[in-house]
Amino acid sequence: MYTFSNRLRVVAIALMILGAIGVAYGFMTSHKDFDQVETLLASESHHGEGHGETAGHDEAKDHDSHVTEASHAEPAEHAQVDEHTKHVNHIMHAMHKRPWAALYVAAFFFFMIALGVLAFYAVQYAAQAGWSPLLLRVMEGITAYMLPGALIVLGIAIASGVIGHYGLFIWMDPDVVAHDKLIQAKSGWLNISWFGVRGLIFIGGWYLYRRFSRKYSLAQDKADDNKNFIKTFRISAAFLVFFLYTESIMSWDWIMSVDPHWFSTLFGWYVLAGMMVCGITVIAMITIYLKSKGYLPKVNDSHIHDLAKFMFGFSIFWTYLWFSQFMLIWYSNIPEEVTYFVTRFQDYQLPFLGMVAMNFVFPLLLLMNSDYKRIPWFVIMAGIVILCGHYIDIFNMIMPATVGDQWAIGIPEISSILLFAGLFIFIVFRALTKAPLEPKRNPFIEESEHFHY
Amino acid sequence: MEASKVIHAIYTDDDVLMAAVKKVKSAHHHIEEIYTPFPVHGLDKAMGLAPTRLAIASFMYGCVGLTVAVVMMNFIMIQDWPQDIGGKPSFSYIENMPAFVPIMFELTVFFAAHLMVITFYLRSRMWPFKKAENPDPRTTDDHFLMEIAVQNNEKELSNLLKETGAVEINLIDKAH
Repeated sequence: MYTFSNRLRVVAIALMILGAIGVAYGFMTSHKDFDQVETLLASESHHGEGHGETAGHDEAKDHDSHVTEASHAEPAEHAQVDEHTKHVNHIMHAMHKRPWAALYVAAFFFFMIALGVLAFYAVQYAAQAGWSPLLLRVMEGITAYMLPGALIVLGIAIASGVIGHYGLFIWMDPDVVAHDKLIQAKSGWLNISWFGVRGLIFIGGWYLYRRFSRKYSLAQDKADDNKNFIKTFRISAAFLVFFLYTESIMSWDWIMSVDPHWFSTLFGWYVLAGMMVCGITVIAMITIYLKSKGYLPKVNDSHIHDLAKFMFGFSIFWTYLWFSQFMLIWYSNIPEEVTYFVTRFQDYQLPFLGMVAMNFVFPLLLLMNSDYKRIPWFVIMAGIVILCGHYIDIFNMIMPATVGDQWAIGIPEISSILLFAGLFIFIVFRALTKAPLEPKRNPFIEESEHFHY
Repeated sequence: MEASKVIHAIYTDDDVLMAAVKKVKSAHHHIEEIYTPFPVHGLDKAMGLAPTRLAIASFMYGCVGLTVAVVMMNFIMIQDWPQDIGGKPSFSYIENMPAFVPIMFELTVFFAAHLMVITFYLRSRMWPFKKAENPDPRTTDDHFLMEIAVQNNEKELSNLLKETGAVEINLIDKAH
C-alpha cells in the first residue's frame, strides 16, 4: 500500500493555496474600466511613438469575432471617435478575459492528462497487453482526477458565460449572436444549455467507465476466477467506441468553439494525440517517482522503456496531426480558415513555433536512443519538456480567440497552473493510497512482472 | 587466424542450445559460429556478441536524406527558377517550407531505410549468386549447429559438448 507522504501533501496544498491567491489576484487586477485602459493605451502608444495605436486599429478591424459587423454610414469624425472607442473596448474585453482564459487553459490541461490516461488504460485492457498490468493501479490513480477535472473545465466554461461576461465563448453572448449570421446558423448546436447537457453526458459516460473498471479491477484482486477481468475487457472495448465519439465532440465544444467562425475536421484527433502524449508522460513520471520511493519494486527499466517509446511515438503522431492541420490550411490559404493561423503567426509566433520544437524536435532527438529510454532521469527531463510543450499547445488553442494580442505568461497563467497542479497531485496521490499498487490476480500480472524488452 | 579443425555440435532444441552456449562460454571455449533455422532470442547476448550499430548508421543516412531533400528543393524551387506557382511564396526556403515537408520526410525515410538495408547486406556479405555457407542443410530446417575451434583438445571438448545435450558431434577438417 502506498502512503501519501506528508511532504508531498504539504507541497500539493501549498501549490493550491499559492495558485488560488494568484488566480484571485488575476481576477482582481483584470477589471480595468474604460478610462484606465484608455490611459494605459495612451502611455503605451507614447512609448511606441504611435505605432501601437495604428496597429491596434487594424487589429480591431480584422478581429471579426469581436467587432459586431454593423456598418455605420456616419460622418468621418464620428467614425474616428467610434473607432477609438471600439479599439479601447476591444482591448478592455481582452484584459477582462485573460484570467478566465488562463484558468481554463490550466484546468483543461490537467483534465486532459487524466482523460488521456483513462483512454490509455482502456486500450491496455482491450488489447490485453501483457507488459502493463503492473502499471494499471498507477493509471487508476491518475484517472481519479478525471471526474473533478472535467467538472471544473465544464464549470469554468459555463461560468465564464453566466457570470464572466462571456469571457471564453463569444457564442454565449446573445448580443454577439444577434449580429452574427454565422453563429446564428450554428446556435442549434452552440447554446449554453445544450452545451452543458452535452458536457454532462460525456463526463457521465467517462465516469461510469472509470468507476466500473476500477471496481472490477479491485474485485479481481479478491476473486478466484477471471470474470471481473472479462467484464473490464468488455466495458473497455465499449468505452473506447464511446470515447472516440465523445472526445471528438468534446474538443469541438470545449476548445474549437472558442473560435466559432473556424472549423477543422481533424481537430478531435489532434487534441486526442496531445492528450495521449501528456497522459503517458504523466504515467511514466509517477511510475518513476513511486519506484524511486520503493513502492513499485517489480517495475523494471523495460516498463520505463515501453512508456518512453509511447511518449516518443505519440509525440510524433501529435506532430503529424498538427502539421497535417496546419499544412492543409496554409497550402490552400482559404481566407475564412486561414485567419486561425494568421493570428497565431502574428501574435503568438514564439509559443506557436516553440511548441513544435518542444513537442517534436526534443522528444525526437532525446527519446530516439533505446538506451536513453531506460534512464529514469532522462525520461523525466523529456517528460517535463513534453508537458510544458503541450501546455503551450492548449494555450495556443484558447488564448488567441480570447485575449488576442494581450497575452502573456504572467501571474494569472502560472498561478492557474500551480492551482491545478496542486489539485492534481492531491487527488491522484490520495487515490493511489486507496488500493495496493500491484494488482494481484490480473491474468497478465505474471507476464508483466517478467516483462523484458 | 582460423583454426584448421573445428567441431560441429548439433542440437535439436533451442533451449538446449542456449544452455550449451552458456556452458561452453563458461568453460572458456571460443565459439566460432552458430547456425540456427530461426532467430533464437537472447542467443547474441549469451554468445557475448557486440550490439549492432545498424541503427546508428540508419540515423546518419536519414540525416543525409534530409540534407539532400533540403538542398535539392532549395536549389530548384528557390535559387534556380523561383517561379510564382499558384501564389506560393518562393522568396526563401523557410517561407515555402510546409510545401516541402512531405518530400523532406519521404527522402529521409527513403535514405535511412534503403542505405541501412544495403549496409546490412554488405556487412553480412549477402548478395545474389553468393555461395551459401551452410555447413549442414538441416540447420535451415530444424537443427542447431555450434561450431567450435579445436586446439588439440578434441576429447575434452567433445565430452563437454556431449554433456550439454548435443545429438551429434562431428570433427571437421577445414583445411582443404
